Amino acid sequence: MEKVIGQRLASTAPRSRRSSGFIAPHLDWVTILLYFLLVSLGWMNIYAAVYSPDNVVNILSFDINSGKQLAWIGASFLLILVLLVVDYKVYEHLAYPIYGFIILLLLVTLVVAKPIAGSRSWLDLGAGIRLQPAELAKFATALAASRFLGSTNLRQQNFKDQMILAAITFVPPVIIVLQNETGSALVFAAFILAYFREGMSPLILIVGGSAAAIFILTLLVPKLYLIAGVTILMALATWLDYRLLRRFKIMIGLWMVVVGMIFSVDFFVNDVLQPHQQNRIKALINPEADPLGYGWNVTQSKIAIGSGGFWGKGFLEGTQTKFDFVPEQSTDFIFCTIGEEHGWVGSTILIALFLLLLIRIVNIAERQKSVFARTYGYCVASIIFFHFLVNVGMTIGLAPVVGIPLPFFSYGGSSLWSFTILLFILIAIDANRAKDLAR
Amino acid sequence: MKYLETRKYIIQGIFLVVGIVFATRLFYIQVVDSSYKQAAETNAIKPIIQYPFRGLIYDRNGKLLVQNTPVYDLMVVPKDVKNLDTLRLAELVKLPLEHVRERLKKARSFSYVQPSPFYQKLSTQEFAYIQNNLIDFPGFHINARTARGYPHQSLGHALGYIAEISPRQLEDSAYNGYRPGDYIGKAGIELEYEKYLMGQRGVKYKMVNVRGVEKGSFREGAFDTLAVAGENLVSTIDLDLQAYGEYLMDGAKGSIVAIEPATGEVLAYVSAPFYDPNLFTGKDYGKNYMELLQDSNKTMFNRPIMADQNPPGSVFKLTQALIALQEGVISPNTTFACNRSLVNCHNHPSPLNLYGAVQHSCNPWFYQAYRLLINQGKSKNTFTDTAIGLKEWREQVLSFGFGKQLGIDIPGEKKGIVASTDLYDRVYGKNRWKYSTIYSLSIGQGELGVTPLQMANFAAIIANRGYYITPHIIRSVGEEGKPLKEYREKHRTSVDSKNFDPIVEGMAEVVRAGTGRKANLAKVGIEVAGKTSTAQNPQGPDHAVFIAFAPKVNPKIAIAVYVEHGKWGGQSAAPIAGLMIEQYLTDTVTMKVQEKWVLSREYLNIRSK
Repeated sequence: MEKVIGQRLASTAPRSRRSSGFIAPHLDWVTILLYFLLVSLGWMNIYAAVYSPDNVVNILSFDINSGKQLAWIGASFLLILVLLVVDYKVYEHLAYPIYGFIILLLLVTLVVAKPIAGSRSWLDLGAGIRLQPAELAKFATALAASRFLGSTNLRQQNFKDQMILAAITFVPPVIIVLQNETGSALVFAAFILAYFREGMSPLILIVGGSAAAIFILTLLVPKLYLIAGVTILMALATWLDYRLLRRFKIMIGLWMVVVGMIFSVDFFVNDVLQPHQQNRIKALINPEADPLGYGWNVTQSKIAIGSGGFWGKGFLEGTQTKFDFVPEQSTDFIFCTIGEEHGWVGSTILIALFLLLLIRIVNIAERQKSVFARTYGYCVASIIFFHFLVNVGMTIGLAPVVGIPLPFFSYGGSSLWSFTILLFILIAIDANRAKDLAR
Repeated sequence: MKYLETRKYIIQGIFLVVGIVFATRLFYIQVVDSSYKQAAETNAIKPIIQYPFRGLIYDRNGKLLVQNTPVYDLMVVPKDVKNLDTLRLAELVKLPLEHVRERLKKARSFSYVQPSPFYQKLSTQEFAYIQNNLIDFPGFHINARTARGYPHQSLGHALGYIAEISPRQLEDSAYNGYRPGDYIGKAGIELEYEKYLMGQRGVKYKMVNVRGVEKGSFREGAFDTLAVAGENLVSTIDLDLQAYGEYLMDGAKGSIVAIEPATGEVLAYVSAPFYDPNLFTGKDYGKNYMELLQDSNKTMFNRPIMADQNPPGSVFKLTQALIALQEGVISPNTTFACNRSLVNCHNHPSPLNLYGAVQHSCNPWFYQAYRLLINQGKSKNTFTDTAIGLKEWREQVLSFGFGKQLGIDIPGEKKGIVASTDLYDRVYGKNRWKYSTIYSLSIGQGELGVTPLQMANFAAIIANRGYYITPHIIRSVGEEGKPLKEYREKHRTSVDSKNFDPIVEGMAEVVRAGTGRKANLAKVGIEVAGKTSTAQNPQGPDHAVFIAFAPKVNPKIAIAVYVEHGKWGGQSAAPIAGLMIEQYLTDTVTMKVQEKWVLSREYLNIRSK
């Protein structure tokens, strides 16, 4: 069955120079262009975020984040060259060793890392350089999971195989939670999307999505309204499709589960979560409850974005995003700078760029011939999507404050490198897909 | 599996929907809703913290124990600091130049935009002087808040103190919600009841323009929150009694703990030497604290709950007699001869029954009674029999609150020591020790350690004829507070009520005509029951101990007095107990002879035998 899809897609693939070692003509230049666009826009916005009109520092200065980020970007280009030159087969062959190594690195970090702001996730490499292995775990897990799904003797319906896949996916986030980096661990939920494409039951996606939706809605909407809404929605569904009446008991059961969930959210928030996590959730519902803590972030972030208006205030003209009014200005809350200085137009263009990139990656994934390559492509799209969803969502008050960066945009070497590796492994595999046919 | 290909569109569809939702939401925030623009137009919103009043503490009669007094902090917002003349600032606050630079650096490292304390606890004069000059120092402002104040000089050890939260606490998630510069309970009641006393911080949002001039409140104060004052506490302490206790102990070392037996309420809590709690409120707090911490008299040592190394001495004979009665190995009429070949004693009539033995504190009598208690013949092997006896005996001793934390609401309570089979097994080896090894326990010496609080609690147990309520120093929380739940439960000892009667009679004899005569209050019509003790002290003269309760019928106060190096309980501790009881029960002191004797400290010169 796989072969059929592969051959059909092969007809659209470039045929020439199949065996040549020179891959430049096969590279997906649209994706690469989008990457460069995002990285350079990010860099300029990092400068804008740390820019102070009283004390103008050159954008290249190493004293400020933009200067440092430029060094990270330069290093990323080297990284890209390496990723493209290396034999593309390595990624599939070494998927498990890489994964094992990263797990080891995560465990070592857990033991030796000194806590920074409560998190034990930074590995000190000396010379002031610190590495966050949790960032690297994303591409390693994507490789291992894709390799596993692509193995020829895999049977999707086999319970044992399903469990192995679950273990590959969820061992890294468990260690990352132990490092107190809950935000980075949440990202691994994104893999569900890639597995869905490979044949996982849509039920998991629907149930998971609905549960998340109910959770957030419960926090935002009064319980009674929500219950009334769910009841009306289900009645409407029954009215539209009278066959559901025959499953009356199941419908009632479902209704009770949903209502039960609505009521258990309070318990979960107040009794299960740690205080700092509670605060982030509460800031979403009512930013004024903890106005100096997380509520402060959300309120200030919304003021900054909201003050941008339709056209924005102009590059370096923002007033709210300077001086750390919004904390984590150049890292997790970088979107505020765009919102303030470039307005609705700029924000929407950025959103469009991300959508273009995501849709392009999915298309790239679909034109791969091996399950490994296709799954990996979907993993890349899912991870970037999850970061985009949560990061932008929190700055505009639609998601709780979770400290994860905006891909290619936020300041920080670990994050930039991790996304660069993630994306360019896919581009390298894609550029060589014609060779796969020869196999 | 071709149908899976269509899932591509579902996934891309999800991406698109999220993008559209975001763009819509942004359109609402950025274009439709104009309130964010207004907020930004005034350039900045400045949160101004409204510090809550910390809860007050009253004594049992409504007298103020702890109040709040205004203090002023000089705050700095690094972002607003412009053209700073560091030298002039150093002159203004009278600090060396390096200190000023250091403090500025510290403030910057905390936050560039949020205010942090630059110089704390200015006196009113300093405040006025600095306030007048502040106009030349943009970025600096004065923040008024309150510090603790005490309209008296008593009770320092129990009240504890508050101080700036430590960097380590700030990192701990248990202290979420505290910020640098906040004050937090560090010891005593202030620590134990922090969550009630602290109250809730409020925030006012002021809109500020580019030049830092306030432009009114943000959205008419819709987001402002008021500070909520902390809850007031009502203590069980009688401030007059407390102050009188400290007056009597001034210059001596030791403890007084007085308890109302029926409720477990602590009436007086003296740890001598004591200190004026006002020392910990001003700017010199750090200096004063270090001085007290390092002084040779160990002033900061909270003796009533922490001095657990001393054996109880003769008072413990009462515990032994109670357990022996309960076990049925003796009766009130059991007589033993004062056989000094067993253990040394002093001159008194012999042989004696239980009442006499208590009154005269006869050592050989208790040696023999305790042997009956430990060696009940439950095993034929004398070693095993002793181990069984000790184990059962220990259980009963623990029921009197010895060897464990009583659970008083003052942090740092020690549990003391009660000899156990494990302890002797470790020292001598299993089955290598018997009664002749452990007999000193019979007279309250040896492997025993009790705190003054446990002693006072023991007095309360006898006063109650068999039970105690966990001693506590806070009666209720809040305006119409009820007694706290954990302080209403009766803890029964293993000994039946009826077995206490002979002990009470014996104790009454001690005060009427025995070693405790200096606590006798017959003149004012109060019948006191008590027992003297000498706690052996390897580091110098023995400590004098006296426990008592009064009146004998329906007791209102139980008390334990420790005078370090006071040698004889009857000479040094008993008169203090008597005076305290009279003060509490009659509100006056008529026993001026005893008072003079106590204040003269002559008992410290009595030669030990």
